[in-house]
Amino acid sequence: MALSKQQIAQRIAKEVKDGYYVNLGIGIPTLVANFVQKDLEVDFQSENGVLGMGPFPFEGEEDPDLINAGKQTITTLPGASFFDSAMSFSMIRGQHVDLTILGAMEVSQNGDIANWKIPGKMVKGMGGAMDLVASAENIIVAMMHTNRAGESKLLSKCSLPLTGVKCVKKIVSNLAVLEIVDGSFKLLERAPGVSIEEIKNATEGNLIIEGDIPEMKF
Amino acid sequence: MINKIVSNVQEACQGVKDGMTFMLGGFGLSGIPENSIAELVQLNIKDVTCISNNAGVDDFGLGLLLQKKQIKKMISSYVGENAEFERQMLSGELDVELIPQGTLAQRCQAAQSGIPAFYTPAGFGTEVAEGKEFREFHGKMHLLEKAFEADFAFVKAWKGDAAGNLIFKGSARNFNPNMCGAATITVAEVEELVPVGTLDPNQIHIPGIFVQRIFQGEKYEKRIEQLTVRTRE
Repeated sequence: MALSKQQIAQRIAKEVKDGYYVNLGIGIPTLVANFVQKDLEVDFQSENGVLGMGPFPFEGEEDPDLINAGKQTITTLPGASFFDSAMSFSMIRGQHVDLTILGAMEVSQNGDIANWKIPGKMVKGMGGAMDLVASAENIIVAMMHTNRAGESKLLSKCSLPLTGVKCVKKIVSNLAVLEIVDGSFKLLERAPGVSIEEIKNATEGNLIIEGDIPEMKF
Repeated sequence: MINKIVSNVQEACQGVKDGMTFMLGGFGLSGIPENSIAELVQLNIKDVTCISNNAGVDDFGLGLLLQKKQIKKMISSYVGENAEFERQMLSGELDVELIPQGTLAQRCQAAQSGIPAFYTPAGFGTEVAEGKEFREFHGKMHLLEKAFEADFAFVKAWKGDAAGNLIFKGSARNFNPNMCGAATITVAEVEELVPVGTLDPNQIHIPGIFVQRIFQGEKYEKRIEQLTVRTRE
């Protein structure tokens, strides 16, 4: 069975290591925070100027001066800090953030990512995504393997305007975990019950399959 | 001490004209200069260029200026929350320059700091790079980005004093400090204007030298864009 969005987030949470500073994008990535092991020391950075983000506030305790990059009301944890936008991107461009998790509309086999614009249709802007993908050493993409029409979003070449070039390292989709290696998607794990054939059919870009491909564990 | 206090928002906005370029602080609706925006709507100045991370929502923030078609050009990183904005952009009425958020912050910071341009990796290989100089450093390509040039910066702080010293609150800080001193005139509106000497110099985020005019704002609405709460178990 293909993974739900919650399960994609749950699988990605396993990539979060003790001592990491993590930036989560909007959508599935935001859900990752719910699944990170409680005994790990992890700080979440929000590019609008918060390090040490906590859960959503209890009703009635929301503060308009305390939001995340998705403009949602949040709380902070002990040890949190606030800072201005330039300093926030010093953390990002300066590679002080250990892991960036973001969504994508398309990823290409050489690690290009497109996630900000559909010409003539959706023009919302790139926000901090271009800064994040251009600088982060460790980028994991959370995405659906195919679009609603069933067409692959893991391509030999992106068709949409790019957000960054040769930057994606790892992809967790509803069907598989893949790594970008030498200009190809290398299959690492498959979703429970999903066959290699299914993944092949859903991947337009070059796919490397070596040996036995284990099912994901949660 | 040099006194920066002006008596109200009308005095604070003196000198704004059609065709000027403004910087406006805030992220989403958090930390936006509500009073200054209301006055710009009132003055009905036209053909302005606005540098602001977002464009407000249809009926609040910069959306109020968009409604009256006062904005000629927007320079932002994310504009997804405003239907009127999208309409004006797609119809060609509004000129829009979308730039990476970190580049936006740094172009403000550069203007504040007297740095005319800087290199950043953000946007290399994308539309953003079109027509820009680029150069390799440490085996990686970078774009040359220029400091903004603006006539007024409108910022909002939590507390301030007559010297123009500012303290921000929570994530309402965002772009506000980076825009102080980044335009010819910086107008700071504060929730609380406190007597000089009561702010601890150790705690000041922006020294008054970056601020030309300061006033106490009124009737802050502080609208929440995405109210998200959890339930008690």
